[in-house]
This record gives sequence, C-alpha cells and structure tokens, in this order.
Amino acid sequence: MKEFSNRYIFIFSAVMVIAVATLLSLAATLLQPRQLKNLEIEKKKSMLESIRIASTNETTESLYDKYINRSFVLNSKGEAVEGVDAFKVVLNIEQKKPLDQQYLPVFNATPDDGKNVIIIPVEGKGLWGPIFGYVSLESDMNTVYGVTFDHKGETPGLGAEINTSEFEGMFSGKKLFEEGKFVSLGVIKGGAKPDDSHNVDAISGGTITSKGLEKMLLDCIVKYNDYLLKNRN
Amino acid sequence: MSTREKEPLFSAKNLKLFTTPLGRDNPITVQVLGICSALAVTVKLEPAIVMALSVTIVTAVSNLVIAAMRKSIPDRIRIIVQLVVIATMVILVDQFLKAFAFDVSKQLSVFVGLIITNCILMGRLEAFAMANKPWPSFIDGLGNGAGYGFILIVVAFFRELLGSGTIYGYPVLAKLGIYTSGYENNGMMILPPMALISVGVIIWIQRSRDRSLIEKK
Repeated sequence: MKEFSNRYIFIFSAVMVIAVATLLSLAATLLQPRQLKNLEIEKKKSMLESIRIASTNETTESLYDKYINRSFVLNSKGEAVEGVDAFKVVLNIEQKKPLDQQYLPVFNATPDDGKNVIIIPVEGKGLWGPIFGYVSLESDMNTVYGVTFDHKGETPGLGAEINTSEFEGMFSGKKLFEEGKFVSLGVIKGGAKPDDSHNVDAISGGTITSKGLEKMLLDCIVKYNDYLLKNRN
Repeated sequence: MSTREKEPLFSAKNLKLFTTPLGRDNPITVQVLGICSALAVTVKLEPAIVMALSVTIVTAVSNLVIAAMRKSIPDRIRIIVQLVVIATMVILVDQFLKAFAFDVSKQLSVFVGLIITNCILMGRLEAFAMANKPWPSFIDGLGNGAGYGFILIVVAFFRELLGSGTIYGYPVLAKLGIYTSGYENNGMMILPPMALISVGVIIWIQRSRDRSLIEKK
C-alpha cells in the first residue's frame, strides 16, 4: 500500500465526515414526517389495543376517532387541568417533574359492548430500556378492562413477551383496589394462583422486565388514586 | 471503472466466494465471529431472519463501498473509514425502516444498531474488501451474511421449537396436541446459554463431517 501524506489524510477525513453528515442529516430530515406519523399511528393503535380493539395501520385513525371520544389532563390531586392536549403529553418528560406539577392524561372510550372505560398511559423501565403501555379501566375505576404493553429493546422471547396477547390477556378482570385501598397489579414468578385478583404470571426468563412492569403499573396508576376513588360508581 | 475485467460476473472463482462462507469458512462455526448477536436474536425465528437479512445487506454493501474506494483510503485511518461506512449504512437502514417498515423496525429495535458491532462486518472489510475488487467483495459480503444467517436461522428454529413450542410464531406443538401427553416446553432453550450450546453442537457436527477443519495438535 502506498504512503499517503498527512495533508491527504486530513483532507480525506474532512471530506468523508462532511459527506456522511450531509447524507445522514438529509435522510433524517426527509424521513422525519413519515416517522412521526408512524409514531402517532402507533400510539393510537396501542390505545385501541388496550380496549381490546385490533386495528391495522390503515384503519387505526378512523377507529380511534370512532371509539376514543374524550381526553383530558389531571393533576396529581385528581382535578382537571385546562388547556393541555392529553394526546401530546409525553409521559417520560412528565415523570421527571415534581409530582404536583405533573400532567396525568386520561382518555375516555366506549368499546362495542357499550361500557364506558378510561384509558391511562403508563411508562417505566424494563431491562434494556423503556417499557410503556396503556391500561383501561371499567367504570367502577377498579376492574381492568384491558392492557397493552410495548418496549423499546427487551430481549425477544424473554422480556419482549410482555407485548404478547397471552401475557396482556391475563390482566383483564384484575382489580386495582382492595376494600377502597390501592394495591395495584403485580406479577408472580412461578405463576399466580387462579383466585388472585391482583397478580398475573411473570415471564420466565424475563424477571427484570416483569418486575419493571410491576413497578411501572404501581408508580403510574397510583398517581390517579384520588381521581379513581372520586369517580368510581 | 473496472470495465476491462475479463472474467465473467459469475465465474467459478466468484461463486466459490459465495459458497465457502456457507460451509467450510462459515463466519460463526469456523471463524467464530458474530457470536454475540447469534446468542441474542435466536430465541425466535422472526428476529433471526430479519437480522440475517439486514446483516447480509449491510455486509455486502459496505464491502462494495470499501472495495470501490480501497485505493484512496489511507492505510493509517482505514479502520475509522470502515467504521464510518458501516455506521452510515446501519443508520440509513434504521431510518428507512422507521419510515417505511415501522413494524419491522419495532421488531428489530436495538439489534439494528447492534449490526455496527458485528465482528463479521469489520472482519470482511479488513480481510477482503481492502484487497479485492468491488464485485468479488460484494459477493464475499453476501456469502458471509448468508453463512451467518443460515446458522442463526438453524439455531433459532430449534430454540423456538423446543423453548416456546412454536415455529415462526405458529403454535406447532399445541396444534399437534403434544402437550396433552404431558410434554412441556424446555424453558432452558430460551435462555442465552442454550444458544451457545446449540452453536457448539453445530460446530461439532460440522467438524465430525469435515475432518480437515480440526486443528492439528
């Protein structure tokens, strides 16, 4: 291989870096609108999943408009906050604020069986990165109607199993409260007993993700405690 | 550029570049490269297949790019240049997947980024593309990607079948009614050590069939 002068090496690296930077920023800028749209559809899709409605990328938007009829934002005392779009609230930004300044989004939905359910977004930490999802509650503000979870980078076949319908399906019908006190939902290694109204089976090989999910549910839903107690019927 | 090449595109020599990494010079079982991702993505078939495809594309294209500019790359910064090419490719693939195949990109999540660290890529760039013409390099990249992917898919097939009782997400064992006779999924298959053992078994089988692979003492 022939020798190159230092000058050549400097020019070569500079040109390479500028070319690559231009290429990448161009790609990122041009593709961003499509990516954001995908994220929005994804969010609506998950919300629909939590009220047990399956949608495809094409039908998501119309189904969302059909089933989700109202959204609002609460503060930690359970009072409505005016002038904030619940859909635009980013949970992991809220979670960094002190509790009394956090916005807590709530979505109202009416699935086909005519029940009036509320959807609460949740977000927490798994093993490798964030995990998130939506929990929908029946109008007694206690019984879980449905849940959906997702993750950024949990291990396929292990922690990533939290977004399978087998796992999510176990939550339907579980209760948040026990005699008016908040107990939350949990996962039990080795399997929950059939009559356990708060816990489901943990994922084998995904213990840290399962525990993270349990903490996420507790941390996020307990903030709605006052609102849930006030509005149960 | 290389219009004066005399040999045909699919000459025996070029075809050999594709076939040796599938068997005799397999990146995983013989060169023992790319083991890290082979352990991580082989619990299920689907991520294994997508990972195999992505690695093949990235290896082939970065081989092509590096081979095309091999004469102008200064020797002293060649590793940096190789890394930049790989990283650029991977980020581009990631961005395009996010925009046009959102579901696939969700499925792959962190593994797309992990392609950058796959030793096979750097290995092929350094060992082959830096010294060969673009077209053979491209074929070499395809072959190594395929050799890697082949092992990945074989391991994932057995891990998914024995560990979760499914093939590509389809519940084969449940449909066959095997569970009713008392069979249970082997939970150990979904844990990482079993990937290592599976790869070990494949290496064992390969070496007992092809004695020339065994190192002389």
